[in-house]
Amino acid sequence: MELYKLTAHELLEKIQKNETTSEQIVSDLTKRIKGIDAKVQAYVRAFSSTLLAPGSKSNGIPVSIKDNICTDGYNTECCSKILAGFNPPYNATVINKIIASGNSFLGIKCNMDEFAFGSSTENSCFGPTHNPWNLECVPGGSSGGSAAAVAADEAIWALGSDTGGSIRQPASFCGVVGLKPTYGRVSRFGLIAFASSLDQIGPLTKDVEDAAVLMNIISGYDPQDSTSINTPVPDYTKALINDVKGIKVGIPKEYFVEGLDPEVKRIIEEAINKLKALGAQFKEVSLPHSEYAVPVYYIIATAEASSNLARFDGVQYGLRAKAQGLIDMYKKTRSLGFGDEAKRRILLGTFALSHGYYDAYYLRALKVRTLIKQDFDNVFKDLDCIITPTSPTPAFKIGEKVDDPLKMYLSDIYTISVNLAGIPAISVPCGLTKEGLPVGLQILSRHLNEEMLFRLAYTYEQNTEWHKMKPKL
Amino acid sequence: MSIDKKTVEDVAHLARIELGAEELKKLSGQLEHILAFIDKLSSLNTENIAPTSHILPISNVLREDEPKSSLPIEKTLKNAPEKQGNFFVVPKVIE
Repeated sequence: MELYKLTAHELLEKIQKNETTSEQIVSDLTKRIKGIDAKVQAYVRAFSSTLLAPGSKSNGIPVSIKDNICTDGYNTECCSKILAGFNPPYNATVINKIIASGNSFLGIKCNMDEFAFGSSTENSCFGPTHNPWNLECVPGGSSGGSAAAVAADEAIWALGSDTGGSIRQPASFCGVVGLKPTYGRVSRFGLIAFASSLDQIGPLTKDVEDAAVLMNIISGYDPQDSTSINTPVPDYTKALINDVKGIKVGIPKEYFVEGLDPEVKRIIEEAINKLKALGAQFKEVSLPHSEYAVPVYYIIATAEASSNLARFDGVQYGLRAKAQGLIDMYKKTRSLGFGDEAKRRILLGTFALSHGYYDAYYLRALKVRTLIKQDFDNVFKDLDCIITPTSPTPAFKIGEKVDDPLKMYLSDIYTISVNLAGIPAISVPCGLTKEGLPVGLQILSRHLNEEMLFRLAYTYEQNTEWHKMKPKL
Repeated sequence: MSIDKKTVEDVAHLARIELGAEELKKLSGQLEHILAFIDKLSSLNTENIAPTSHILPISNVLREDEPKSSLPIEKTLKNAPEKQGNFFVVPKVIE
């Protein structure tokens, strides 16, 4: 049997009809991971005998988990040396919700850029993950392990986290579905914080229906996350409607300019034409402050990160370096434990928050964030959603951008504004380049309107074949 | 605005990170490059714009002050690099 090839909703149906069991699915998936992961390296740390975590006796489907989401009793290290050996004393809320829904999770975790700092999964202390469509290419990042695992059928479905595109960009590079929910829709309790005002956990799946099913499981108010939204969660599967007639879609002109790969542009235009033919109404709109999103992000995200990562000091968990005295212990531990990109971001964030630079950098960035949010508020007054490419290029080669951090940052140019505005967005596969690399279509909507994303994405998917394409491994 | 090596050294101390000479040189160059890009923001007039530090209109999230169970001490301490009894051990602070 090759159950690992199926989607979660197909497997859940099979379980219901007594055509398969959770045990069979796990055993099949184990064989797949053992057979293929040496090539892809989507998972990190030693392959333990306890592949499946608690809940395994359930009648559900295992979810693969990014290495920054705490799992009680299963190491969670953010792919950083500074958290080597960290074994969380509790579960993230999303993990408890997965167990409560009758599903389970894998005890081995998905690779990522250290502390989610990156767009290629090359900044992992365990080494890079390879893109299943071309093993010489990156899977995107920072949730590259989760995206590659789903694409390679090494995961039925997965969770990632998205601070500036870290779910959507790897979903685009690996040809899978990735959703960044509205800020506050999914609890961040137990997600090891990168930038607290931007982070959200979300699904990476083989199709749109699975994303809706997983969102039904993980969404909702959590008293343990004071930023979670206390409004009822709709049944997202009810939004899987194969009809976009009359839906008003905006195309932001600022996203179709220099820097967009011509082949990606052509593929996105074809997808737009497909949706037009299905009855969606398109119009060009303007998000005038788009060009400021990346600089704003790299102030706010690094400032928040520098504060959040202050807790890694060798006192309570993880690495502790041998040293003379307390300050020396902090410094040696942090210098030894953090990788290059983590150090860069901590320094940049500390600089932006430091005396004499705060107004010119941090405060100014917060103000421009307001302008970026207002851009979206304005266009959503008479639009249901916005469509853009997820990334300006398809997956790039491993090593291509590691020495130029700024170039790496610019690969998130289309995804970052969404986090700054706190709105939801989904990436769905919409084509392959001549070289056989996937391209993703990004759909954005207003706060808490995930249903609109599902409706558009589902209609597109049901009328195309891209989500059925699989990499040859 | 540019960033020189001295500033990077000061910031590194604030962030409790130690940099070798090579690392300092490389990082200073990269940070300068990144900051030059970020300086694009100074071309915008932000005088009468309110800052957004948080995207949701929620503030002062309160809860009832009721006692609840917390993590058992052995779980709290299980990841400690060094511990003694119910305590985390750190290098001596006062000589």
